[in-house]
Amino acid sequence: MKILVAVKRVVDHNVRVRIRADGTGVDTANTRMAMNPFDETAVEEAVRLREAGDASEVVAVTVGDAGSEEVLRTALAFGADRALRVDSEAPLEPLAVSKALAAVAGREQPDLVLMGKQAIDDDSNQVGQMLACHLGWGQATFACDVALADGELHVVREVDGGKRTLAVALPAVVTTELELNEPRYIKLPSLMKAKRQAIERLGLAELGVDATPRLELLGVSEPLPREAGGERVDSVAALVDRLRNEAGVI
Amino acid sequence: MGVLVFAEHDGAAVTEAARRAVSAAGALGGPVDVVLAGGDGVEAVAASLAGTGVSRAWLCQGAPYADQLAEPLAGRLAALVRAEGYEAVVAATSTQARDLLPRLAAELDTQMLTDVTAIEDAETFVRANYAGSVLTRLRCREPVKVLTVRATNFAPPPGDGASPAVARLEPGPDPGLSRLLEVQATDSGRPDLGSARVVVAGGRGVADAGVGELEALADKLGAAIGASRGAVEAGLLPSDAQVGLTAKVVAPDLYIAAGISGSIYHVSGMRDSGVIVAINKDPEAPIFEVADYGLVADLTEALPQLREALEQP
Ligand SMILES: Cc1cc2nc3c(=O)[nH]c(=O)nc-3n(C[C@H](O)[C@H](O)[C@H](O)COP(=O)(O)OP(=O)(O)OC[C@H]3O[C@@H](n4cnc5c(N)ncnc54)[C@H](O)[C@@H]3O)c2cc1C
Ligand SMILES: Nc1ncnc2c1ncn2[C@@H]1O[C@H](COP(=O)(O)O)[C@@H](O)[C@H]1O
Repeated sequence: MKILVAVKRVVDHNVRVRIRADGTGVDTANTRMAMNPFDETAVEEAVRLREAGDASEVVAVTVGDAGSEEVLRTALAFGADRALRVDSEAPLEPLAVSKALAAVAGREQPDLVLMGKQAIDDDSNQVGQMLACHLGWGQATFACDVALADGELHVVREVDGGKRTLAVALPAVVTTELELNEPRYIKLPSLMKAKRQAIERLGLAELGVDATPRLELLGVSEPLPREAGGERVDSVAALVDRLRNEAGVI
Repeated sequence: MGVLVFAEHDGAAVTEAARRAVSAAGALGGPVDVVLAGGDGVEAVAASLAGTGVSRAWLCQGAPYADQLAEPLAGRLAALVRAEGYEAVVAATSTQARDLLPRLAAELDTQMLTDVTAIEDAETFVRANYAGSVLTRLRCREPVKVLTVRATNFAPPPGDGASPAVARLEPGPDPGLSRLLEVQATDSGRPDLGSARVVVAGGRGVADAGVGELEALADKLGAAIGASRGAVEAGLLPSDAQVGLTAKVVAPDLYIAAGISGSIYHVSGMRDSGVIVAINKDPEAPIFEVADYGLVADLTEALPQLREALEQP
C-alpha cells in the first residue's frame, strides 16, 4: 500500500497571531511556523502503517511557497520516504488545494491519502472531503483509529454524541483527529538527514489546476472582548448568590 | 431559486441547531426548503418544522442516507440542488455537516464557507479562523453558496404556524465506497451538550476532586457535561464531551469551567455563553479573563461546597 500524506505549514499553535494594523489580513512575517498539528498526526499514522508492514511507501506533499518546504523536511524526519511540493506563491483556498492534491494523487496513484481534518490557520475543515470527491473515492473523516482489514480500512470516527466505525474501500481519503496517535519526538540526526534529501517540485499549471480565488477578502478584525466586569468572588456562597440573584441563571 | 437547508434530527424532531440554521438561511433571501435524510421514520420529523417558515421538506430516505454515508448523500444532494436550481445550501455546524458539505461543495465546484458566524447579506459573510482569534469578512459570489453556520450565533425562527409541504426524493445511486459497521452512542442520560441550558465543564484540574464530583454537580443543575482537551487527554472525560474550536462550540446560558486553564482553543468554543463561571486554583489562569464570575479555589473543596449550596433554597 502506498500512502500520500498532505501537510500544511501554519503559524505555530502556541503563537497568538497579530492582525495587520490596516485590517487587511493576519501578520505572519517573522512568526514561528510549524506543521499543522493534525497533519503531524497523519504523518505519524502513515509512518506507523509502513513500520507495521501495511504500507510500502509514504510520500508527503504540500502546496505552498518555497518556505513551506520546511514542513516537508519535518515529514521526512518523521520517516516519510519522499516529499514533493506543489508551488504556489499565494496561499490557496481549500477547493484549489484539493484540486492540486487530486492532480498529485493522479500521478502518484496512492492507495490511501492521510491528512489532517483541519488546518489551524484557516480552520476550514474541507480539503479532505473535497479531495475524496474529486477522486471519486470513499472518505472517513475525524479518524481516531485506523486498521487495515481484508483489503479495506476500518476507521473509527469521532462524531457528535459518540463514535461511528466505517469500512472504507481503498483507495480512500482519511482525515485525522489528534486522538489518533501521539506523534513521535523527532531526533536531531533525523532532521539533519532530512535536510539533505531531495524535494520534488511541481507547478500548478503543469498539474492543470485553475487556482483562481473564488472568495473576496473584505477584511479581518478581532472578536469583541467579552463585556468587562468579570468579578472575583471570594467564596462558593458568594458565587451561588450572584448566580441566583444577579445573573438569575440558576 | 431558494435555499436548501440540510437539517439534522433525532428521528423525532429536527435539532435546535437545525432550526437556527433555517433562520440563518432566511437571511439569504428566497424561500427556504429543508432536506431530511434518514430511514422510514423521517416522515414524522417533517411535522417538527411547523412554524419555522420552511416551504418544503424533502424526504431523502434509504439505508445509505440513514447511515449518514457522505458519498451517496453528497451525490444525491448535488443532483437535487441542480434540479431545483437552489442558490445556497446551509447546515448547522456538526460533525455530519462537516463531513458532508465540503464533499457536496466539491460536487458543485464551489468554494464553501465553514462556521459562518454572521450573514450580512446574500453575498457577505463573517467567519472565525485562527482558533477564533480572527474574524474574517468575505464576499462570496459563487452561483451556489454552500455554508455551515454556527448555530449559537443565530436566533431560532419566530415560529408562526404552517407546516411545510412534504415531498419524497427518489433515492440516488450508492457508489458503495463505504459502509457503516458500528455506532457507539454515548448515552449519559444528560441533556445534549450542543443545546443544553447549563454546561458544567471539567479540565485536567478535576483529577484531584474526581469526575464523580463534577457529574454530581451537573446532575444537580440538570446540566450537560463538557470537557477540555486536557481532561480528555488525561482520560477523565469522553472525547465527545470536548468543547473547543476543533471540537464542539457551545453557548449555554451558564457555563461552569472547573479546572480549565483557558487556552484559546477551548475559549473559542464557549466564549459566547451567557454567563461564564471559572473555578481554578491558579489566580493567573487565563480562563478568568473571559469569566463573569471567577473563584480561586481548590476543586476538592469547591465542588462539594457548590453542590451543597445548591441544595439550600
Ligand atoms: C490543534 C489543537 C487543537 C486543540 N483543540 C482543543 C479544543 O477543541 N478544546 C480544548 O479544550 N483544547 C484544545 N486544545 C488543547 C489546548 O491548547 C489546551 O492544551 C487544553 O485546553 C488544556 O486543557 P486544560 O485546561 O484542562 O489543562 P491545563 O492547561 O493543564 O489546565 C489545568 C488547570 O486546572 C487547574 N487545576 C489543577 N488542579 C486543580 C485543583 N485541584 N483545583 C482547581 N484547579 C486546579 C490548573 O491551575 C490549570 O489552570 C487544542 C490544541 C491544539 C494544538
Ligand atoms: N496548502 C496545503 N498543502 C497541503 N495540504 C493541505 C494544504 N491545505 C490544507 N491541506 C490539508 O488539508 C487538511 C484540511 O485543511 P483545511 O480544509 O484547509 O482545514 C490539512 O490538515 C492538510 O492535511
